[in-house]
Amino acid sequence: MLTIDRATYDGIVAHAKRDHPDEACGVVAGPEGSDRPERLVEMVNAAGSPTFYEFDSTDLFQLYKEMDQRDEEPVVVYHSHTATEAYPSRTDIGLASEPNAHYVLVSTREHGNNAGPVEFRSYRIVDGEVTEEEVTVVDELPARSN
Amino acid sequence: MAIEVRIPTILRNYTDGAKAVNAQGASLSALIDNLEVNHPGIKDRLIENGDLRRFVNVYVNDEDVRFIGGLEAELSDGDQVVVLPAVAGG
Repeated sequence: MLTIDRATYDGIVAHAKRDHPDEACGVVAGPEGSDRPERLVEMVNAAGSPTFYEFDSTDLFQLYKEMDQRDEEPVVVYHSHTATEAYPSRTDIGLASEPNAHYVLVSTREHGNNAGPVEFRSYRIVDGEVTEEEVTVVDELPARSN
Repeated sequence: MAIEVRIPTILRNYTDGAKAVNAQGASLSALIDNLEVNHPGIKDRLIENGDLRRFVNVYVNDEDVRFIGGLEAELSDGDQVVVLPAVAGG
């Protein structure tokens, strides 16, 4: 199950709507091993495409360096689909390389850049296996246990 | 002569879970051959048809090797090599 706070959820949705019709992408970093998505980092889609996304290689390096320095990992890796449902494509599955991450898919196909509900779904993708999981949106993440 | 190579989560099954390992080589190509000796199988995850895989990024001292010669990029003692899979999809 993915537990995510309302502000982060809204931030991901706003990013997806803003970048529509291109795919939006980013991560939510959190302390290593905590499973807490705490820090939303919007990334530029270097592919600038309605059907593909890719973090720019230099941005990717900076992101991982920063997470490393902060003892963080990508708890959520998100991107949008702008014409299809919020389900991982074959390319998404083939390229998924963070077995510990929640892969969040947002679909903006219904309302595009405009207000209105979006599909927001989360998956684990490990060794080519996709498992959908429940998404629970909370006002605030529970206090850290340590 | 040692070069530190940072290993991404998805490839740590080749390094007994280690986040970083030491390797040797005067070029990236030689370094990867040396990695393969101690961590069999890892080379195939980095190289395809004699070139770096399209969705694997390798950095030498903060620079994407694609801009500094790819597999022929020169390395020297003390360099740091970072391997990161692309974050990409459709």
